[in-house]
Amino acid sequence: MDAWALLLAATLNAGTLVALAALGLLINERAGVVNLGAEGMMLMAAIAGFAATAYSGSDVVGLLAGMGAGALMALALGWLVVMLNTNQYATGLALSLFGAGCSAFVGQGYTQVTLGPRPSYAVPGLSELPWIGPALFRQHPLVYLTVALAAALTWWLTRSRAGLVLRAVGESPEAAHALGYPVRRIRLLAVVAGGALCGLAGAYCSVVYTPLWVEGMIAGKGWIALALTSFATWRPARVLLGAYLFGGVTMLQFHLQGQGVQVASQFLSMLPYLATILVLVLISRNESFIRANMPASLGKPFHPGS
Amino acid sequence: MFKLEARARPSRWISLASPLLALLITTLIGMVLFASLGKDPVQGLRMFFWEPLRNAYAWGELGLKATPMILIALGLAVAFRANVWNIGAEGQFVVGALAAGWVAMQAGPETGRWIVVPILVAGTVGGLAWAGVTAWLRDRFHANEILVSLMLVYVAELLLQYLVYGPWKDPAGYNFPQTITFLPATHVPRLFPGTRLHIGVWIALAAVVGVWWLLFRSMAGFAWQVGGLAPAAARYAGFSSRRALWGALALSGGLAGLAGALEVAGPLGQLTPYVPMGYGFAAIIVAFVGRLHPVGIVLSGLLMSMFYIGGELAQSRLGLPKAITGVFQGLLLFSLLACDTLVHYRVRRVRHGHRPAAEPASPPAAAPIHSGQEVR
Repeated sequence: MDAWALLLAATLNAGTLVALAALGLLINERAGVVNLGAEGMMLMAAIAGFAATAYSGSDVVGLLAGMGAGALMALALGWLVVMLNTNQYATGLALSLFGAGCSAFVGQGYTQVTLGPRPSYAVPGLSELPWIGPALFRQHPLVYLTVALAAALTWWLTRSRAGLVLRAVGESPEAAHALGYPVRRIRLLAVVAGGALCGLAGAYCSVVYTPLWVEGMIAGKGWIALALTSFATWRPARVLLGAYLFGGVTMLQFHLQGQGVQVASQFLSMLPYLATILVLVLISRNESFIRANMPASLGKPFHPGS
Repeated sequence: MFKLEARARPSRWISLASPLLALLITTLIGMVLFASLGKDPVQGLRMFFWEPLRNAYAWGELGLKATPMILIALGLAVAFRANVWNIGAEGQFVVGALAAGWVAMQAGPETGRWIVVPILVAGTVGGLAWAGVTAWLRDRFHANEILVSLMLVYVAELLLQYLVYGPWKDPAGYNFPQTITFLPATHVPRLFPGTRLHIGVWIALAAVVGVWWLLFRSMAGFAWQVGGLAPAAARYAGFSSRRALWGALALSGGLAGLAGALEVAGPLGQLTPYVPMGYGFAAIIVAFVGRLHPVGIVLSGLLMSMFYIGGELAQSRLGLPKAITGVFQGLLLFSLLACDTLVHYRVRRVRHGHRPAAEPASPPAAAPIHSGQEVR
């Protein structure tokens, strides 16, 4: 089988993981809430999903458990940030630190556990195509669902009334409030929905992508997803593109390590992080461009009655 | 039903009581956690709050672990007050340790004790330079400092791994990923016989005074904090936001690097992949729990050190995973943020069907930890 086809397949797989989280964070940020807790939510979801799959033997149960864990963590953040107006940065950091510690604690007994034989997936017919089949059509269903999700989210944000309200809450909570929309409830819902998606990404990592549990296994992907939302100027389609780009860099690095390139593996492992910094620099260079695209009330608390 | 009502001015009293209340909540949750794991909660509390204070040696260990966190948190407090979100102190700590370790490896049998000074200077410069990358990318390209500084943590840790698995590996070390054990001349001087406390304690206390002076007595510190609280006012006053950015990152990076140097030339004595101990992240909590105030940071640094030691004891004596430290750290910061709501708001009981009089206009100007800062 062609190595490049496999590389492409792995890229889509890795990209999906970050894309799911970044789409969740995009929903948060479109509603005006920055969630620096993504890394912690993903870690908690990773162990919750892994444990659930280990017990039930079902991937779907694991992924749902991950979504639940992510949503629950996000609810804690949302309650503090939206209802009590705590600082979004500090609260998100607290969530990340708590998630890192708590997942390591809970996951202590799972480091030696392996999940049963992994099911393989194939789109009937298409997966038999030469080259294209193994490259594109032998993926976990979530890979395709993520593409659909990005498309649906684009439509929802730009074409639906509810999406418009969500954006209004993120751009000008005062105006949305004056129109009678429950700004804080909408923000809280957005945070929880975003958390569920981050949770799905975390569980995907431990149940499908890796699949095992290692302490700190998210390894910065939550933070990279945060970087992706601004790279994508808060647009779902560009999030997808950025995520696949990131997946490509990650996989290329593994590929190069496998090829025995004369560079220490640690330098290759740095690539995803350095690429993220590079992307941040490139996108942020033009400050007014970012400002024009960023939800106007991003990171600012809203207190009704003010 | 309860309702939050903005206070006319933030309550100073509650601002000081809030960390204690948060500690109480964390302790209670901790006791429930111990009980649910089938361990005696009182026994668990002993590990965290009594054993670390039991004798002189225990006090020494407490101070030893508190020193790096206090140093790092002091710098972070200045940065956070200036609204510069350096969360990559862990990476600056590692690079400081690398730079200090490199100097320590140059020492020969005839090298004198003076080598300690260049070791500490190298660590400081290393951490400063690593934070400088963040400052430069933020200043020149407006790249978000939160994400950049955090990405650089991973880069720094990989750099450390490369060096200890590769060019810096001890040739006589049975292929373990570690450097040579540094010669005795490179060790920072210890303070008391029988403890591992070293002069880092005095350096940290000097830094407490220095940061206090910077924040509350110097023009630069004042200007940086105005920039953090009210960027528009700072611009109007002609305070440079670029200088605040560079200053805050240089100071927090330098102190984190110094902490790293003190660790490798102190208790560690060599470089291994286990140099990053999470002090850089724990220091974020230390800074907030200490109210971003130098004196508060000393107290919260000691508290966080108790968490670390308690976690190790819980592992060795109660058979609980050491990661319980991280759970408590996160819980503490969480409950602190929740309790801090009471600094700016009071809880008012609202009777059903009765609407309270017009709410006070907007929440008052808030302390940095609790305000809504502008993103980027």
